[in-house]
Amino acid sequence: MKPRKFWPWLVFTLGAAYFLVPLIATFEFSLKMRRGYYSFDSYGSVFSDPAFQATFAYSALIGVFAIVVGIVVVVPAVYFVRLRLPHLRPLMEFITLLPLIIPAIVLVYGYIRLYNSSSIVPFTGSALGTDILLICGYVTLAMPYMYRAVDTGMRAIDVKTLTEAAQIMGADTLRIITSIILPNILVAVLSGAFLTFAIVIGEFTIASLLNRPAFGPYLQNIGANRAYEPSALAIISFIITWGAMGMIQLLARFAPRSAPVTD
Amino acid sequence: MSDQHFLRVEGLTKHYGTNAVVKGVSFDFSKGEFISLLGPSGCGKTTILRMIAGFETPSSGTIQVDGEDITALRPNQRRLGMVFQAYALFPNLTVGDNIGFGLKVAGLGREQRRARVEEMLKLIGLPGFEKRFPYEMSGGQQQRVALARAIAPRPRLLLLDEPLSALDAKIRVSLREEIRAIQRELGITTVFVTHDQEEALSISDRIVVMNAGNIEQLGTPHDIYNRPSTRFAATFVGHLNTLPAASFGPDRAIRPELISLTQRPDTDTTLSGIVSDIGFMGSVLRLKVDVADVRLSIDTFNANSTPPQRGDAVTLHLASRDVLALGA
Repeated sequence: MKPRKFWPWLVFTLGAAYFLVPLIATFEFSLKMRRGYYSFDSYGSVFSDPAFQATFAYSALIGVFAIVVGIVVVVPAVYFVRLRLPHLRPLMEFITLLPLIIPAIVLVYGYIRLYNSSSIVPFTGSALGTDILLICGYVTLAMPYMYRAVDTGMRAIDVKTLTEAAQIMGADTLRIITSIILPNILVAVLSGAFLTFAIVIGEFTIASLLNRPAFGPYLQNIGANRAYEPSALAIISFIITWGAMGMIQLLARFAPRSAPVTD
Repeated sequence: MSDQHFLRVEGLTKHYGTNAVVKGVSFDFSKGEFISLLGPSGCGKTTILRMIAGFETPSSGTIQVDGEDITALRPNQRRLGMVFQAYALFPNLTVGDNIGFGLKVAGLGREQRRARVEEMLKLIGLPGFEKRFPYEMSGGQQQRVALARAIAPRPRLLLLDEPLSALDAKIRVSLREEIRAIQRELGITTVFVTHDQEEALSISDRIVVMNAGNIEQLGTPHDIYNRPSTRFAATFVGHLNTLPAASFGPDRAIRPELISLTQRPDTDTTLSGIVSDIGFMGSVLRLKVDVADVRLSIDTFNANSTPPQRGDAVTLHLASRDVLALGA
């Protein structure tokens, strides 16, 4: 280490310690279930819990639906705003930021007020209806991330000229979006999808207030009633989130190379 | 009838708010013609092309192709082909799939598409490039693929929106010759937008010279160069020397290559001047000669004799019938 680099390294080490020490402590604690020596017993206990499997599978499924609905809503919206209504972009930016400002609890209370079992659209009257409401809530929560990912993806391609090139060859809008636009922003869409997944897996408020058997409420429940399992679950959650982030990094390598080679 | 008036544009205008970009343009072209829309940027040439393509809606006027009024049709109903300045190849598709895109949209089967793609690649001189991706190719190659993609579905009209502007000089010349050869071979009516007068002169059957939303002159390259009908057409296309008003009258001009240092059978006028500069351009010598109060530019072919030097007194010969009277 050159002396000149002492201060940068010190700052980096302090920063890293700030994040890593609690994580290492949590990991260490999760290994202590068996008295006297380290074991993965708590992890075994978590994985063998049928409620873990059920809630995780439920949240994963809800996450997949939230991703699909999010893509179907966001991709055409971003496409048309970029193409035909560019002056609405600041408004889009603002609206898609709202879920970060408005707490989830406000959102879910609104849902319950509007769609309760005695309303005109009684979504909460059935399990399926409530699941649909939950998916809608997650699409909204993930909107800031999905919108930005898709918008960045579309900025990298010349949406207008590609659209015109496809149009003049006879393609309609559906074909342009599905066979030209979507494949060219696929990596961006997938990074939005993994962010959505990471959000859905850990989300507590909406799932809990809609009383759905999701992974978030399960985590909370375990945390309140057990000693070692919560630490194991925290580590597992981190690994899932990191896995999702890692997938985004990996996919970025397969981004379409659209830059023309100059002569 | 349709061969005579294959592309017919009548009273075409385009306003953006109060700003008129195209001010009532009409022209009429035959099948198989290569037409250039030539003018400085902002003259409305690209807007006209985009209205023919259907990307802009005319404020008034009609566009007919092969006897059919296409003014109200959407771009994807017009059956036209277009090549863009920025290539606009689909980055996610291979060269073969790019060229086959229009055929796929039209519902052609896999085997028919494959055959047509192969034929197109042969036509543009890139056989065996089906599996390449656009990013693996040079700009010139990409633009040839874009041309193949545009003509593969046999469009009624080929629209070229400054397709050579993004390429470097050498490729620009070779590709424009290639475009012209392919256009002649297929006999496809083509509208070419350019701001480069040399490009327009060398490639076109007829040129529409445009300025500020109006047609300045419409004619063959030969007509436009030798008999420009407006001051703008005369000055925008080619170089022009303004002659001294004292001996020729006001607004008289001549092309640099029509002034000689030696007498020709048709010359009837002489001027004397002093050589102020010599530019050697290979095949051509470009002299600057000061005559009275003006500096004339003179192009002569390079000959294997000693050229005049700076400061030499020379006699210039020109024919009075070559003198252009610049109108308004």
